[in-house]
Amino acid sequence: METINPEIRLSAPEHIAPSTVTFTVNRIQTSVQVLPWVSLLDALRDALDLTGVKKGCDHGQCGACTVLCDGKRILSCLTLAVMKSGSEITTIEGVAESDQLHPLQQAFIDHDAFQCGYCTPGQICSAIGMMQEGKARTRAEVKELMSGNLCRCGANTNIIDAIMAVKDGGTNA
Amino acid sequence: MHNFFYTRANSIEEAIDGIRVDSAAKYVAGGTNLIDLLKYNIERADVLVDVNHVEVFPDAEQMADGCLRLSAFMTNADTAYHPLVEKKYPLLSEAILAGASAQIRNMATNGGNLLQRTRCYYFYDPAMPCNKREPGSGCPALNGYNRMMAILGTSSECIAVFPSDMCVALAALGAVVEVEGPSGQRHIPFSEFHRLPGRTPHLDNNLEAGEIITAICLPPEGFSRNYAYLKLRDRNSYAFALVSVALALEMDGECIREARIALGGVAHKPWRVPDAEDFLQGREATPGNFAAAADLILQGAQAFEHNGFKIELAKKAIVRAGKMALHPETHLPGAQPPSFENL
Ligand SMILES: Cc1cc2nc3c(=O)[nH]c(=O)nc-3n(C[C@H](O)[C@H](O)[C@H](O)COP(=O)(O)OP(=O)(O)OC[C@H]3O[C@@H](n4cnc5c(N)ncnc54)[C@H](O)[C@@H]3O)c2cc1C
Ligand code: FES
Ligand code: FES
Repeated sequence: METINPEIRLSAPEHIAPSTVTFTVNRIQTSVQVLPWVSLLDALRDALDLTGVKKGCDHGQCGACTVLCDGKRILSCLTLAVMKSGSEITTIEGVAESDQLHPLQQAFIDHDAFQCGYCTPGQICSAIGMMQEGKARTRAEVKELMSGNLCRCGANTNIIDAIMAVKDGGTNA
Repeated sequence: MHNFFYTRANSIEEAIDGIRVDSAAKYVAGGTNLIDLLKYNIERADVLVDVNHVEVFPDAEQMADGCLRLSAFMTNADTAYHPLVEKKYPLLSEAILAGASAQIRNMATNGGNLLQRTRCYYFYDPAMPCNKREPGSGCPALNGYNRMMAILGTSSECIAVFPSDMCVALAALGAVVEVEGPSGQRHIPFSEFHRLPGRTPHLDNNLEAGEIITAICLPPEGFSRNYAYLKLRDRNSYAFALVSVALALEMDGECIREARIALGGVAHKPWRVPDAEDFLQGREATPGNFAAAADLILQGAQAFEHNGFKIELAKKAIVRAGKMALHPETHLPGAQPPSFENL
């Protein structure tokens, strides 16, 4: 758990030392040594091997890197790992309960809500965050509040179907 | 991204001190603009002073003079969904919710929103000259691809647009920005916060070195009955405005007692023309009167090769926003343009 991508380490000048970031990732308290400019996304993928978190654009434009931080959906590419010391992070690897898929994971399968699957981890984390926010009532509102997650394969219609099937127990599907 | 130190500030004083000791230090809040620009090597910092842990209580405070004081460190999402903002300043809620994405709004702060940099493609391309990035190097947008650029308040040195949605509503509401710095506290009226490019396009606003935004104060009048935010863009969500309009009315029967109109996507700052607002005062809220006000607002607009469409678009958007303000029930998620077929 404590290995650091050697490339990240190599770029450090002598005088800036990595710092220890301690946070809870997928319910497990974890410490990583990271340099200040390492994004949360790179720390999760390269240091913690949580490669379910995807790097799409690395600039906040696609939503592939969406994770939950203290229950809120955020973009892990536009925040630094050091900024999240003390936080509770959930990635796609942590949404299922042991062998039981998260209802949204099952719904994505049932509704054929992906093709290549690259956007899927971000879509599911984002949808979990959206349901917790409780601001999306109608399908139009769900579409608007999921617009931060792009799908290049164009599975959007089925993605919204999958979310509607789970949201509010599927009462609006 | 180049290398920098990181430090956390737990109070406003610590934050200001953190910047004072190093002139190449920068505050980082949500990081959604700064970290992006650091990755492109467009912004540089030796030290990032994280202001997300500055103790503020409460996030939104109803003041004795009727103003609502919003913390600069509160997120855009928490602001838009705050019960007092939703109830008294729905224009601000709608404008915030028309910007960026839900994830970005969960990260972005009110202070950071005011200080976001332009989205001009040449500013974002270090291989190109840009007077905003490197003063004196030139402005390729003037004769380049300038579809997104400004039509009002431009100078021969910069035609960039300020991209915020939230700030268009804050301009219309007449907010006041509270800042604190090495030489104390001051309050800046919103219309004086951002600058026009003139001969100093590298300066976006009138904040002084080391100053930190601590709060945004909303005046008592929230225009909660008749208001509209309309955002027009290339796709209906998660895109910056080509033109946006924040419009608020206080009605007296059929007549307008007070009007506020601010435009986004057309200038280096949210654009307000007091003459146009005065013109509407005492007149009926008709499409014709809104069109006449729109002509006053767009007076002196200057288009470049690819953005001539913005002048007509802005005028029509003002008329439509006027109708939307009279019928808040027509508003759509994300400030998308509603149809008026059923009215
Ligand atoms: C893909 C994408 C799409 C977007 N679309 C939109 C859109 O449609 N509409 C829109 O309005 N915005 C949009 N945004 C921009 C977004 O709203 C801003 O990036 C955000 O508001 C900036 O806030 P922040 O807290 O993240 O600022 P940061 O990135 O943390 O900081 C920005 C600047 O402000 C300074 N700063 C931050 N807080 C303070 C303070 N309290 N006092 C003094 N200085 C401070 C920092 O030093 C930095 O220079 C988009 C962003 C992205 C990445
Ligand atoms: S990788 Fe973070 S938004 Fe695209
Ligand atoms: S399934 Fe391929 S990008 Fe969405």
